[in-house]
This record gives sequence, C-alpha cells and structure tokens, in this order.
Amino acid sequence: MAKLNVNGKAFDVKVDPDTPLLWAIREQVGLTGTKYGCGVAQCGACSVHLNGELARSCAIPVSTLKPTDKIVTIEGLSRDGSHPVQKAWAAVDVPQCGYCQSGQIMAAAALLKKKPKPSDTDIDTAMTNICRCGTYQRIRAAVHMAASGGTAAVTTNSQKKA
Amino acid sequence: MARTSIASSRSAKVSRRNVLVGAAAAGGGLALGFHVPALEAAVPSQRPIAAAKGAEVNAWVVIGNDETVTIRVARTEMGQGSLTGLAQLVAEELNCDWKKVRTEYPTPGQSLARQRVWKDFSTGGSRGIRGSHDYVREGGAAAREMLIQAAAQQWGAKPGECVAAGGIITHKPSGRTVTYGKVAAAAAKLEPPKSVKLKDPKDWTIAGKPLKRLDTADKLTGKQVYGVDVKLPGMVSAAIKDAPIFGSEIKSYDEAKIKAMPGVRRLVRVNATTVAVVADTWWQAKKALDALPIQYEDSPHAKESSATIAARLKEGLEPEAKNVFVGNKNGDALAAIAGAAKKVEAVYSTPFLHHATMEPMNCTALYTPEKCEVWSPTQNGEGSLAAAAEASGLPLNKCEVYKMPPGGGFGRRGRQDYVTQAVAIAKQMPGTPVKLIWSREEDTQHGYYRPITRCRLAAGLDDKGALVGLHVRLSGQSIVAYQQPAALQNGMDSRMFQGMWAEPGEAQIGYSVPNLLIEHAMRNTHVPVGPWRGVNTNQNAVYLECFMDEVAKAAGKDPLEFRRALMAKYPKHLGILNTVAEKAGWGKPLPQGVFRGIAQHMGYGSYSAAVAEVSVNRGRVKVHRMVLGVDCGHAVNPDQIAAQVEGSVAFGLGAALYQEITVKDGRVVESNFDNYEIMRLEAFPKIETVVAPSGDFWGGVGEPTICVASPSVLNAIHAAIGKPVRSLPLKNVDLRSA
Ligand code: FES
Ligand code: FES
Repeated sequence: MAKLNVNGKAFDVKVDPDTPLLWAIREQVGLTGTKYGCGVAQCGACSVHLNGELARSCAIPVSTLKPTDKIVTIEGLSRDGSHPVQKAWAAVDVPQCGYCQSGQIMAAAALLKKKPKPSDTDIDTAMTNICRCGTYQRIRAAVHMAASGGTAAVTTNSQKKA
Repeated sequence: MARTSIASSRSAKVSRRNVLVGAAAAGGGLALGFHVPALEAAVPSQRPIAAAKGAEVNAWVVIGNDETVTIRVARTEMGQGSLTGLAQLVAEELNCDWKKVRTEYPTPGQSLARQRVWKDFSTGGSRGIRGSHDYVREGGAAAREMLIQAAAQQWGAKPGECVAAGGIITHKPSGRTVTYGKVAAAAAKLEPPKSVKLKDPKDWTIAGKPLKRLDTADKLTGKQVYGVDVKLPGMVSAAIKDAPIFGSEIKSYDEAKIKAMPGVRRLVRVNATTVAVVADTWWQAKKALDALPIQYEDSPHAKESSATIAARLKEGLEPEAKNVFVGNKNGDALAAIAGAAKKVEAVYSTPFLHHATMEPMNCTALYTPEKCEVWSPTQNGEGSLAAAAEASGLPLNKCEVYKMPPGGGFGRRGRQDYVTQAVAIAKQMPGTPVKLIWSREEDTQHGYYRPITRCRLAAGLDDKGALVGLHVRLSGQSIVAYQQPAALQNGMDSRMFQGMWAEPGEAQIGYSVPNLLIEHAMRNTHVPVGPWRGVNTNQNAVYLECFMDEVAKAAGKDPLEFRRALMAKYPKHLGILNTVAEKAGWGKPLPQGVFRGIAQHMGYGSYSAAVAEVSVNRGRVKVHRMVLGVDCGHAVNPDQIAAQVEGSVAFGLGAALYQEITVKDGRVVESNFDNYEIMRLEAFPKIETVVAPSGDFWGGVGEPTICVASPSVLNAIHAAIGKPVRSLPLKNVDLRSA
C-alpha cells in the first residue's frame, strides 16, 4: 500500500513497496502519458515533477514517497496542452513518434522554471532525455521559443526549386 | 526494402491466403463484425477501426455532414510523418479544405474483407509515400470527380461546367455553390470514374507545402495511446524472456519459486526457447520473471563471440575466400590496380547495431476459439494479421489487427515476433486480454540487428592521380540469408551492394570507374539480423565514401574535386553533392581547428549528400554543423523531410560515435541505454537541410540521408587528425593516436 498525490489528487495504491513510481502511475493510478523506456534512469521517458523538481520515476520506489509529496505528470502539466512548453512544442512541430515527448516536455518545463531564459549550454546540460527519433534540434528551438514567450524559432532549412 | 523485399513477402503471403478466404469474406468494410461478450462494455476507441461518420465516397475518403473529411491511411505512422504526407496527397487531388481533414487507419481485417482495397500496409524501405502516391492521389481525384458529378446531377448541369475548390463545388455559369458535405451521400452512390487525371505537382497547393503534422496534439499531453498503453477490461500483463543464447532450448524452470509472488497468474512456455510470466500488472510479471530460475540446453553457439565472428569475417576478405558473389563489375579491376602507378588499400569494419526503438516491443492479444484480436504497434499491419492467424490457428478472417502508433520502428517493427508471442500467451488464457511488454533488456538482447560487415578496398591511380581501378570486397552477414533464404539469387544477396549497384533508380553507385569489381563474401553468424534504418547503405557509404577520401588524398586532390571528376555520368548524384557543397561553403575558410568532410550516396530512390564541420580536441570529437541535402524527386512536405533528415543524423551519427552490439558466450552483451548509448541533445550538431527535389521521380525520405551522416563526419575527422578512422564505433578508437 502507498498513498500518492498525483496531479493534486490523492490515490491509495496497492503495490509492493519496491514498485517504481513509474509503474504505480501507469498501472494503478492509470495515467499512461508517463512512459517506460529503460527502467534504469537513463532515458528520461518516465520524467515527472516531484515537489517541483524533475525526477525519473522509474528509479523511485513508492516506499520512499510520502503522501504529501506532490507528483505532477504530463497529464497534470496543464489542463489542455496550454503550458508554454506544450505550445512551443506544437509551434515547432517537435514530435516524431512522440514516445519520448512527455518526458522531454516535463524536463523542459522544469528547466524553464529554474532558468526562464536558458542558454544553449543550459539546455545541453538540462535536456538529457533520449529521443531515438532525433528531434533534438526542434527541442532546442522549442525551449528557446517557450522561454521567449513564443517568438518564432529560427529555421535553417531551405528548399531548392526544381 | 530494396530489391528483395522481406516486408512484401509477408504481404504476398497475406494475399495468397487472401485468395483462399476471399470467397468467404463479406464485401462491406465493417462486415467483419464480431462480438466478445466480456468486452461489450469496452469503449469504441479500444478497437480503433476505420469507422468515420459520414458518407464513404470511396475507400480513401469519407465526408461528414459537418464537412469533416476523413482520409484513410493504410501505411503506419511511426514518427516519419507519412500519415500527414499521404493525407496531403489525397487532399490535394480532392480539392478539400485542409483544415477539415482528419485521418484514420483502416484495419488489415477490414482491408482483407474488401479485397485489399487499401493495398499494401507494409511500411519499410522508405516506401510509405513513394510506394502509394499514385493510387492514393487517384483515390482523392476520383472522389473529387464523384462529388462534382453529384452536384451537377442535383443542379441538372454538366459536370464539365462545375469546379471544386476548398471543399466547395461551383457551377460556373450560374454561380451556384454547394459544399462537399451536402453531396457526399449522393456521390457515394455513383460509379467511380474509369480514369482520372492527376495534377501536375507544379500546381500543388496542399501537397508540397511544409504543413504541420496532423498527429501532434495528443503527443504533447500524454493522451496518445501507444501499444504499451492499451487498457482492456479484465486485462492481464505479461513479461517475457527468450533464451540469452539465440536458439537455446529451455531445459527446465522452477515454477514453484515464483508461484506465490504477488499478482502472478501463471507461467507460460511460449515456445521452445521462451517463457513468459502473466500477472495482474506488468511490474509484478517482470519481478517474478526476474526471480525465475531457468536452465537451458547446451548450445552449439555458446563459444561464439565478437572475436570468433571477426575472424570469420576477416577470412572472407582473403583473395582465395570461397562463397564470394559479384555485385557490380566492369573491366578488370584487379589487373588495373596491380599495374597502377599508385595503390591505396584499406580495411574497414562496422559492428552489429540495435534499433532500440524508444517504445520497447509489445503487443496485446485477446483470443477466443472464435476470434483473435491483436493491438499491434507494427510497421506491417497485414504482417501482424498473418502472424495472429498463424499463432492462433484461426483463419485470417477470424483475426483482426488494431494498429497502434509505434514509438519508433526503424525496421524493427517489420518483424512480428512480439505478435506471435502475445497470441501464443493469450491462447493459453481464452477470453482474457493479455498485454505483453518486453523489458528494455529483452528488447536490447533479442533484436534483429543491423548485420556486421568488414570491407577491404583497393584502388589504383595513374601517374596523373586519376582512378583507374577500384576493388571492394565486403565480408559479412546477409539479412536475406537470415530472414528469407529462398529469396537469395543463386546464393547471392544483392542488397549487400545497396548504393553500389550498376542499375539506376534505387541505389546506384555514383562514380564512373574504368575497372570496377564489387563483391560480397557471404559470412553469416548465429545472430538474428534485419533491416535497420538505411540498411546496407549505411555500411556501404562508410566504406566507399571514407575510402574515396583516402584515395583523393593519395592523388593529392581535394575530396570534392576528386569525386566530381568521376560523376559526370551521374547528374543527380552530382547535383545534390554540388548543392550541399555550395550551401556548406566548401573550400571557404573555417575557424581554427574546425575541419570539413563530405560524402554522397544513393538509396531508396533518392540522392543524398552531406558536409560536416568537426573539431577534434585531445581525442574528443565535436560535430559543430552539418549540411545535408536530399533529392527525393517530389517533396510532399518539406518540413517533415527536414525532420527526417535531422532524425537520420541522430540515428546514423549516434551509431558511428557510440554504438555496437557485441557477443560473448553466444549472447548479446549490451542490455540497456547505459551500455548501448544513444546520441543525446548535447552532442547533436546544428543541422541545415536542403530539400532539392528535381521533379521527375519519386524517392524515399525516411532512410536516404542516414548513410551520408557518418562518412561526412568520419572524413572531417580524417581531415582533422590526418589519418582515417576505419573501425566503428568511434568510442573504441583513441583519436589521439589513431
Ligand atoms: S524509463 Fe525512467 S529513465 Fe528511462
Ligand atoms: S519523438 Fe520518437 S523518441 Fe522522441
């Protein structure tokens, strides 16, 4: 048994104490936006906010959590996809398969909370989640866009007419 | 993929069986109705089928009263953007309002019941668009003509007096208008036109534009339901373990050890080598499986290692090696090189690689003696259907596949092993839906890996530094030999030579060499192999393009000039090379310590080139900027093409920098992202993409540029440190002494 506070709601979850928060969120709380990628804190697909800090939920056994710990998942980041990071992600068309993107968005939101105007180096250091589709250039552009309140990202692509 | 298509053999199998069941299959799209009492409460979205509300004008287009246009897409969207691109092509011919466009997947079962009206579902070989642009555009055009005809009939006018634009039909003489939604039901009853004329791409207004993807919103909020997220009433979860040494049979396991563990329902022997634990939740299943002692029979492969495999491949490079196939030949390369003023020789090697899709393999299956349903994140829906039929023992028309959007495919999800497994487990538990999820470890150690190869290259130069002979000897594993041995051509796998073929159109070599010999020594291993984004173009481009720089250097020539001199007969290869060189500022000064490398290659019907800017500091490589160009003939969505080019750099260059699957005691050593490293944002260079469609052909997009990413960077490293790097990944090479 564990008591979890997820997205402002209290849940009693029946799990073994060593169950990772990720699986409690997915299988007991029933929110599947938080993803399993590696289970060993390597990829960041399972990123959530724990008391406002970025955390990789696959590496947190529920037994280490207090009922007062505030967990926010991608579903709780905004009601309707209106968080500035989500809006920037849409504007830059970041996702490919999308599987990593819940984690990427949670990581970016945590970064911007700490550093509202991050430099490229800040982004390099903070955004360590894996994206196998390789959306990194767009992630970087979208973080800058969210930081600047929605100014257009620089595009470096060109099309040559036939 | 390429000339020997593994994916299409699956489809061929489906269509053969299709003939058998065709007579029994009903005609209506939704006629496969089935009822599973336990699931009556299920919400419709749990069974995603093509069921848009409105009038089905034809198989591709459904128009609602509210003017919503639903476009059916048979190919899988796994990130590559073809869902949006295919919808653009249909919408372009349909002349509808793009803002009203939605998409849906028909299921393979629906297609089967309608004589494969949606044709090929398989999504590999960068074929999503180039393999279906004609018939989907015709579908859009036919629907437009039928809508116009319906409006004309309603007005008592001639169709020729009417035009359609933005979903509105106008009768030119009278100025009367009507929307698509108002005439769609009448249009649906009309005979489709016998033939339609497709638009000249020059006149496109929806296709060819960098429109936003249609599938983004749910990926930003966690709402997108992937295969791993499927929820069904009464569902249980399964974790699975195949033998660590490929093919080792299970001798015994101690079920008593895990029987009482929380949530455990049962243990299932899936096949001779594989066991699964079914539990209430996946975490419980995985914990129990990890605790299960399993004994395996002795394996003949237990002594295999990366070293034994390397030795076998090295033997294939010897002049007297047997089982060697010629892929491309003109003149007498060996004699020309022997008699040349100057000789250059090198041996390159590339390792096994894993796909490592972000979403591990998974599949949900529900079996009853009457019906087998699977929720499959697959690149080939019809392949999943065939696998479900085979594993369940039910006929195809008693099976159904709900395609879940895969969290990455890259070739891995063209296989159906996870479907076969899920059905095998579900068959033991009739009426109970089973969700099978592989752990990352299982996923890493039971892939269909990019084959390992080595390559010996030799070139001869005359006294003016012109190339007189080139000999390329590949040695290594063949995908066709592993997956589809019947498709070998007298023992040869022609795809080994991808990008070095003499024939134009798909993956042609871009150089004229007076004396040329390209061969492959077939050297297979016990390790399962399969297509990995870009397949053999990856290795071949590294070998050929890096060696080109070595030869250019020996000739005392600039790498770009040296290539240009050999490319006059290959204007499209040369065209993209020149475009990229110009955009990158080839030859212009660079900051201190930064060096350039260049590469070009052809694959998947498209021409690619890249220039990389790299510095090497105390052995550490930093890739600063890359310019990549692709000539894919027609560019359906330039922004999504750019996204694929960017992604291909992460995939291809990431592999060159960090990745290898190694073998010890017959098994894969690497297990997770801590020892199979993926490129991250911090290492990702600034990418500039040039989309340069030259207009008279349809080439692929998802794979073509991946093969130039690595050689352009390796050539820049060569320029930086003065020596070539011939063995990948780079993490194993000390660049201070390379
Ligand atoms: S699943 Fe938690 S970091 Fe990968
Ligand atoms: S978008 Fe596919 S893994 Fe990031």
